[in-house]
Amino acid sequence: MAADIKLRGKIKDGVAEIKSLMPHPMETGTRREESGDVVPAHYIEEVVCQHNGENVLRAEWGPSISKNPYFAFSVRNVSPGDIISVRWTDNLGESGSGELVLK
Amino acid sequence: MMKHSRRRFLRGLGVAVALAALPVRLMARATDAFRATKLEDANKALFGQLPLVESDAVNLKIPAIAENGAVVPVTVSTELEGVQAIYIMIDENPNPLSATFELGASSPADVSTRVKMGKSSMVRGLVKTRDQVFYAAQEVKVTIGGCGG
Amino acid sequence: MRTPCKRSLLLVAVLLPLFALASPEEDLAAFRAFYESRFPDIELADHADGAYALDEAKRAQWLEMEDFPPYEFAVDEGEALFEMPFADGESYASCFQNEGQGIKHLYPLFDEVAGEVVTLELALNRCREAHGEAPLDYEGEEIAALMAYMAYTSRGQTYDIKVPEAGLGAYEAGKQFFYERRGQLNFACSSCHLQSGGGMLRAEILSASVGHATHWPTYRFKWERVGTLHDRFIECNEQVGAQGLAPQSASYRNLEYFLTYMNNGMVLNGPASRK
Repeated sequence: MAADIKLRGKIKDGVAEIKSLMPHPMETGTRREESGDVVPAHYIEEVVCQHNGENVLRAEWGPSISKNPYFAFSVRNVSPGDIISVRWTDNLGESGSGELVLK
Repeated sequence: MMKHSRRRFLRGLGVAVALAALPVRLMARATDAFRATKLEDANKALFGQLPLVESDAVNLKIPAIAENGAVVPVTVSTELEGVQAIYIMIDENPNPLSATFELGASSPADVSTRVKMGKSSMVRGLVKTRDQVFYAAQEVKVTIGGCGG
Repeated sequence: MRTPCKRSLLLVAVLLPLFALASPEEDLAAFRAFYESRFPDIELADHADGAYALDEAKRAQWLEMEDFPPYEFAVDEGEALFEMPFADGESYASCFQNEGQGIKHLYPLFDEVAGEVVTLELALNRCREAHGEAPLDYEGEEIAALMAYMAYTSRGQTYDIKVPEAGLGAYEAGKQFFYERRGQLNFACSSCHLQSGGGMLRAEILSASVGHATHWPTYRFKWERVGTLHDRFIECNEQVGAQGLAPQSASYRNLEYFLTYMNNGMVLNGPASRK
């Protein structure tokens, strides 16, 4: 239904500047509900970015990355038509991904 | 006959090992570093005995006073050559290591994200080249809002 | 807080019309004049950005967030909700002008037949009920998402709220609420946002009331979600130790009517993020 990830990017002097926004609760595992129950940890652990199928960046995150994470990075040696993809995986094994065709 | 195929197999293995050693798979998961509750322990888990050198070459962009501790925008960048990875650490957080970014050869050393800060703290942006670690640090104040927030 | 003589005189100039029961137009002129003199270096239009018009460092952080804002997911969710047909096959579009696109700035309005102020949230629920659907919780995620979508399609529209003869009572009630002290701290909306507008409340800068209604619904970093104007009224009332009223109660609708009228001439810039 909702997008797993929102991606934006533009090429500036041969370098792609990519911005992403991922819908994710990023629960630390220390927060309590009103009932007193602890909300279990649920956060993105790994983000892999690819350029035309090749890994270009791999991030590892802890739960101190903000809810609905924003992540911006750059990729060199790009051309219009190239594909940038970003895939995230969380500590519960869930994942989401998205692709952007560079203009 | 067997000698040939064994050589081919070993050569194949060598290629496979070489491929696996491509820049973006350099490091094992930094689980121990993320679990560390003390800055020194996180540093030791990530960098072993390497000295951490404060340097103007590392740019840490983060506000001096955070609008809200739940979403503090941060950028770490550097023009230094040969950067393999970037790290964000928040001294006063329960687990100081916030994020690691492993860079491939075509990734400029320039990443931005938003972090959670439990309280006012020193925040550090670190970059690692093959055998050196440089960092920049800045104190970030997290305030309680008016009327209790 | 020390109050210079000039400030007191100006306050009297603003408040005097209250007691003389000036027209809405006269109130608006006095309101604007007050904020122009309190903030001589700031364009009235810029107060739509609230405290972010008043502090460079805060503004810089806010602009970073607005570059890829967290409320984008709510706008998408709102769009999907808006387009989903009701059980009877009709949809929200059938209840509104221009199929509900770009019309948020027309609200709240005074419904002369019903004899009350109708906010957009109220109109959305009335639409649902007219088509056999249960109303949405005014403090829930869905209404906030719908409002985020409707604000998004209405960005750039200029406010021109009307107060017909029949609506004067509601307008005056809203104005009264704005200037009335309440709660343990005995503050009125005007205490912080008029008398102390631009001043500090611990680490917060108090925003001007001119432009208070332009940017809703709002993603408050504190809430970590999108919330409505009435959510904020409740929070503000509770923060001064007063009872928060029910969202979409008559008092809050009248207050919204008054506040939005005071935005006339300003541009709708919701949804927005705030601390």
